Amino acid sequence: MPARVAAHDAGPMITIESLSKSYGRFTAVDHVSFTAESGRVTGFLGPNGAGKSTTLRILTGLTPPSSGTALVDGVRFADLPNPGREVGVLLDASAQHAGRTGREILTVAAATMGLPRVQVDAMLERVGLSEDESCRRVRNYSLGMRQRLGIATALIGDPRVLVLDEPANGLDPAGIRWMRDLLRGYADQGGTVLLSSHLLHEIEVIADDLVVIGNGRIVAQGTKAELLAGAGTVVRARDRDGLTAALAAAGVEHTVTPDGAVLVQGEAAHVGELAQRAGVPLTELRSADSAGLEEMFLELTATSQREGAAA
Amino acid sequence: MSTTTTSPTTTAPTPARPRVEVPPIPATRLVAVELRKMFDTRAGAWLLASIGLTAALASAAVVLWAPDEAITFSTFGTALGVPMTVVLPIIAILSVTSEWSQRSGLTTFTLAPRRGRVLLAKGVGVAIVGVLGTLVAFGVGALGNLLGAAVAGVDPVWDLSLAEFLRILLAMNLSVAVGFMLGLVFRSSAAAIVGYFVYSFVLPTLSGLLAAFQEWFRDLQPWVDFNLAATRLYDVSPTGEQWSQLGVTALIWLVVPLAVGTVLTLRSEVK
Repeated sequence: MPARVAAHDAGPMITIESLSKSYGRFTAVDHVSFTAESGRVTGFLGPNGAGKSTTLRILTGLTPPSSGTALVDGVRFADLPNPGREVGVLLDASAQHAGRTGREILTVAAATMGLPRVQVDAMLERVGLSEDESCRRVRNYSLGMRQRLGIATALIGDPRVLVLDEPANGLDPAGIRWMRDLLRGYADQGGTVLLSSHLLHEIEVIADDLVVIGNGRIVAQGTKAELLAGAGTVVRARDRDGLTAALAAAGVEHTVTPDGAVLVQGEAAHVGELAQRAGVPLTELRSADSAGLEEMFLELTATSQREGAAA
Repeated sequence: MSTTTTSPTTTAPTPARPRVEVPPIPATRLVAVELRKMFDTRAGAWLLASIGLTAALASAAVVLWAPDEAITFSTFGTALGVPMTVVLPIIAILSVTSEWSQRSGLTTFTLAPRRGRVLLAKGVGVAIVGVLGTLVAFGVGALGNLLGAAVAGVDPVWDLSLAEFLRILLAMNLSVAVGFMLGLVFRSSAAAIVGYFVYSFVLPTLSGLLAAFQEWFRDLQPWVDFNLAATRLYDVSPTGEQWSQLGVTALIWLVVPLAVGTVLTLRSEVK
């Protein structure tokens, strides 16, 4: 068995290195590398079919990679002696035997991990599944209830790492809020959270770090602050031509958005100074926030979907 | 746009939770979990109940319709064998295939990623069910024998030796093993169940036809027909040659495909 690197000494909790997976000539995951640190929520963002789920399945040992490595705390997932106690995994809340009750599914998971039966009741209560609901068969569960059951299965072993694939799917707004608070608290206590989503705003409100994937490749990664800072500045002026001329003269990259605003690759303060020097009064000047990220994300979505023009 | 990770953020890093040494999952626990999963669904519960129910029905049929001189324990044993070789293998098949057909394997194999251990636990589990199920069925048959003798007004006849019983137990567990093997090969409930009926009903018929009409196959048949070789276990006493034939046919029809199915399952992608 490979030597285990103690997490608190150094290094990220999850390390994905040059991971690739091909199906015939189709490359689902193409040299993907990223890390997830303890005490932080890492958002794994990408359009449907970008390779998120394949990456997470390789990480959890369900899919063999074509090349590259995926390690949790320095070891392969399959080499963890009792993985449920170290890594909580929820890949697909609907992937459960429809004929089992929710309580039974959780009991089986707890039994596999070697946990006492009493924890099942406590966990059901924690994820908000009532006594009555827990005794129903999963075929009668809504997607939201399945997500709660899946979260319960992931959390019951009190793991240090959570790997969740689209956990907010099917949750109502209150459920999404609940999930967000739960994951935030989990990370604040030193846990590592890696969660995927195809919705930018969902990830934006919870994640500390972002990894963006498109067509099997990582297209952007960094802290949320970095990625948002890189988004640039939105600026408007009645005299738009004067503004763009001033920006062009200063050699500042910029684009005019369809609604008439100018998206500038630069700090708001710098843009303001340039406008003042050129004598162009501004009507709006603000940080673009997620606008740049969203634009990149939309481009990704467009190139990875056939109806690209519509996106 | 800057898209690379550079410096950490300004917030103080939260200390990672220390690793707690976790003992590995013992094999006995995996077997217990797999046994539980065989019967904790409505379908599973019905299959479990049907061991007793079909044994009772088969025994009742003997009591009602067999002539008085045939009311013996071995008659009950033969009658019980038929439903048992259907019910027990289906339990074995579903134990494997439900992980794929119902997709519960996503959870099973993330909680216990060394699939070989899970498959072994399932194999041990279905063998336990095969033995206990046969014992329960024969228990019901023994009651039927007592009842049948009382109805017919004769003394109960216990004409099944321990050796004969053990051979029947072996035959039952061979059919359980075939079910388990087909589950691994197909990893789909419907395909594996159809496969089982082809194995136990279609292939023997074809083999019989071939032997009836083709001279060259007649001498070969005992060495390639697994079903024929297994039925010898119900005979009074199989010869050494018949044991060899059982071994050879089991190798062809059970051991080799079991190995192939295991390798396929270990390498497959769980989705």
